[in-house]
Amino acid sequence: METIRNGLSGTRVYVAVWAALVLLTGITVLVSYVYLGMINVAVALIIASVKASLVALFFMHLKHESRLVWGFALTPILFLVIIIAGTLSDTLFR
Amino acid sequence: MSYRSPDTETAGMEAAAGHGHADPAQAREAATLGLWTFLATEVLLFGGLFTAYVVYRIRYPRMFHEGHLKLDRVLGSVNTLILICSSLTVALGIVAIRRGKVRHLRRYLVLTILLAAGFLGIKVVEYSDKFAHGIHPGTDIFFSLYFMLTGLHGLHVIAGMVVLGAVAVLAGRGMFSEGYHTPVELSGLYWHFVDLVWIYLFPLLYLVG
Repeated sequence: METIRNGLSGTRVYVAVWAALVLLTGITVLVSYVYLGMINVAVALIIASVKASLVALFFMHLKHESRLVWGFALTPILFLVIIIAGTLSDTLFR
Repeated sequence: MSYRSPDTETAGMEAAAGHGHADPAQAREAATLGLWTFLATEVLLFGGLFTAYVVYRIRYPRMFHEGHLKLDRVLGSVNTLILICSSLTVALGIVAIRRGKVRHLRRYLVLTILLAAGFLGIKVVEYSDKFAHGIHPGTDIFFSLYFMLTGLHGLHVIAGMVVLGAVAVLAGRGMFSEGYHTPVELSGLYWHFVDLVWIYLFPLLYLVG
């Protein structure tokens, strides 16, 4: 089991993830210099979420964790969505 | 907040010493769950401020636009790259200890702490520049949120440096090996989370206004 884990998340994978994160950072910074209105916000958030997923899946090795750990990792995100959506449902339509 | 992660490490160590769980794999799983639970509270801690950001950004779009133009996009980008590199060095340190290479682990941990210090150094330059231009947390809502979010994140960077430093010292005392390195994994998880928060802070504050 331990050798499988090592094999899947060894040095090469980590360096590849690092390179992808650097590349995505470059893209998001370049896009920010082009004025696209709300599309800028969408692109920035999508790229940030891809980067966050790469960090969580590989660096935080969520990819190899049990469903229980996945539950612990995803539940706070669900709560955050509820908090933001609930707050906006008030402040937007006051 | 962050003082809990050393607790979790202690729990892991006790478990490995046979106090909690008979099975080392189960002890590791329990410790991992404990750290993810702690990270859940961290998500919600930052979540409150992110919610404030969303509400006020919608209400005062011009203030946020003008505010974000006053931030240094280049320094913000450099700091993003520094944190990404520090995540890699922590990850490589964990690869090293999984193979039982304690000296490699310590070298990667020291490198990570130096990168974290570089991040904070740039943050100090940015803060001083803002203060020199008469911008402070009371300037407007955008800068209140900027200083609160980056300040809270900065405290997490400092806490991370302390935790990683402690792990480096314990590694020097021969506490970790190929067979047992749960505290190293947990401190790495915490450090990646600090990187994760910045991955959202950077575009929200520096790039989109």
